[in-house]
Amino acid sequence: MSNAPQSNSQSTCTDACVRTVLHEIDGSIRFPALFFVVSAILWLVVGTALTLITALQSYQPGFMSGCEFVTYGRLYPAAVNAMLFGWGCNVIFAVALWIMARLSLAPIRSGGLLIVAGLFWNVGVKVGLFGILAGHLNSAEGLELPGYATPILLIAYAFIGVWGILAFRARQGQGVYVSQWYILGALFWFPWFYTVAEFMVVWFPARGVVQSITSAWFTGNVQNLWLTPMALATAYYVIPKVLGRPIHSYNLALLGFVSLALLGSWTGVAQLIGGPVPIWVSSVGIVASVMMVVPVITVSLNLYLSVKGSRAEIWRSPALRFVMFGIMSYFFASMIGSVMTFRSISEITHFTTFISGQSLHLTYAFFSMVMFGGLYFMVPRLTKVEWPSSTLIFLHFWGSAFGITISVVALLIGGWISGNQMNDAAVPFIDVVQSTLPWLKIRSIGEVCLAVGHIAFALNFFWMLFATGSVRSKQGPTLLESANQEGAA
Amino acid sequence: MKNLPILFCGILLSLALSFMGLVLSSNIQLGGLTPITETLDEDGNAIDGDPLFPVKMLGAAQQGEAVYADLGCVACHTQQVRRSLQLQVDRKGLGPDIEREWGKRHTVARDYVTQGRVLIGSKRVGPDLKTIGERQGDANWQHLHLYNPKITSEGLSIMPRYAFLYETRAIEGTASINALQFEADSAFAPAAGYEVVPTQRAEALVEYLLSLKLNYSLPEAPISE
Repeated sequence: MSNAPQSNSQSTCTDACVRTVLHEIDGSIRFPALFFVVSAILWLVVGTALTLITALQSYQPGFMSGCEFVTYGRLYPAAVNAMLFGWGCNVIFAVALWIMARLSLAPIRSGGLLIVAGLFWNVGVKVGLFGILAGHLNSAEGLELPGYATPILLIAYAFIGVWGILAFRARQGQGVYVSQWYILGALFWFPWFYTVAEFMVVWFPARGVVQSITSAWFTGNVQNLWLTPMALATAYYVIPKVLGRPIHSYNLALLGFVSLALLGSWTGVAQLIGGPVPIWVSSVGIVASVMMVVPVITVSLNLYLSVKGSRAEIWRSPALRFVMFGIMSYFFASMIGSVMTFRSISEITHFTTFISGQSLHLTYAFFSMVMFGGLYFMVPRLTKVEWPSSTLIFLHFWGSAFGITISVVALLIGGWISGNQMNDAAVPFIDVVQSTLPWLKIRSIGEVCLAVGHIAFALNFFWMLFATGSVRSKQGPTLLESANQEGAA
Repeated sequence: MKNLPILFCGILLSLALSFMGLVLSSNIQLGGLTPITETLDEDGNAIDGDPLFPVKMLGAAQQGEAVYADLGCVACHTQQVRRSLQLQVDRKGLGPDIEREWGKRHTVARDYVTQGRVLIGSKRVGPDLKTIGERQGDANWQHLHLYNPKITSEGLSIMPRYAFLYETRAIEGTASINALQFEADSAFAPAAGYEVVPTQRAEALVEYLLSLKLNYSLPEAPISE
């Protein structure tokens, strides 16, 4: 089928020629990609503010509770969806389409249409979030956006995702890169499971707990077939580019991809353990979650072996530093996620903040950190301007790294303690609630650090975007060797 | 990877498999469940003339369910009673829900077939509410709790106030029969001459909470005496 262009004479292109093509590609996707980056960062700021408020509300119920629109029950889903559909999806569109175009050596044609589609996506997210705040939310995790907003998202997505597939179809050269497998897979998977979930949970709700099973399947898919593959594609692209050497093992990469594709979408239902569903449903989820150690170990090992011996480079390059922090978190968060599904463990962690902590660990410490790394690598190549301040990058990294560590650890420990107390029927429930409060307070300190990091990042980005002469004339990449020697390369 | 057809088929098949294996097959197994009598005859059929369970919610409670959903209560409250580890010999249980007296039996799929939206939830920041109508049958308690959760928890609850569901107004003539009854020396009571009256949404929400009960047996989940 699409194997035809392989014998094309262009596959004999030289290095210099490839560089010219890459330059042309960067130019072709420049405005759409920057549009998505701007949207992603603005949503990141909004999402961070909302998350911070809900973190404070979680132990101070009086905080902003006078008005119906900002009660915890509405702000919490609004925060989650702003982060997922606002920050997460926009940054995916920016980075994944760019990587796809570059690896396919295929410029994006009529990028204007892509921007229009992106506008519609962001309008859809806005409509949905206002819908949530106005009380039109659905009661299924990840599917809270009201049923009238999601069609906008799905239609907009069709016109965004298709550019990645078109670029892949128009690719030059022989091989298909690892990043392309992941991006191609995720571009197909996302609209599919999202539409199915919307149909069966929101638009034409299935009977009874089939809704719950479908929405649990959906949340597992968002994690394993959308966020994870896109972040791994970014890691597989950025690491060899920065280090200038190929990925350690093709076969490990293949095993990692195939096992993720086969297992990833079976894990979500593990959280229904003990619930009003047939026992086989949660058992299947548990088996898949435990088997997820295969893709996790192969991918993290492969990427680790690819960067082995380059500690100095990792520390110096902002892109690599963020990406490797993310890959490390991928390993630990996924291991916790697999162990968490054992019956003896989930008996304690079920329904507690432990679950939220593990999910935050994956979505933020892994996905978001890798995508930050992708942005640090991509944006200078699009704007032709280097990052203005290494101090701000430094602040961003440590704000995010400290913040997420504090948040995740606090949620995990708090969840573990309350889970143990909850299992002792002699402890009154209100005491269980009280004992989580200190951990929720610590967690909000983590959220403050995250907010500092994100503000530093946003400042640095917009400074770069509207850069003046001194920043524009800067030579060489901004590195983190020592934070007080700005621009020392 | 050079074999593109395999890549494409793999991508499509991987999600198709889990869709069929989890979503479609559970829909086949559970999508046809209907209310049934508490016990079955020898042939496994419903007994003619016996009432069917679960019963569909009534109008006011149904409106209350919509209020429950639009306020996002599901972010902190589950509505499911898990099997008890202690009571099951096959170790299929999880958690102490029954020991905590949050229900006399565990919930099963059939308990939810009459609900338009299923609110089983996934976080217990607050207690499970599947049987709150049995545990706290007093409408005034429910109203006080929604108006200010600290009233009913000795100041310890971290649930937000839903005071915007209530109206504090001057008593004109005789006091409203719907007004909230505060304890005599309550610090939360409105000033003299004023009363706190639930709005229609508060009435519906309380109606819904009071309707949350698990006081019937099902053939697959009988209440053991």
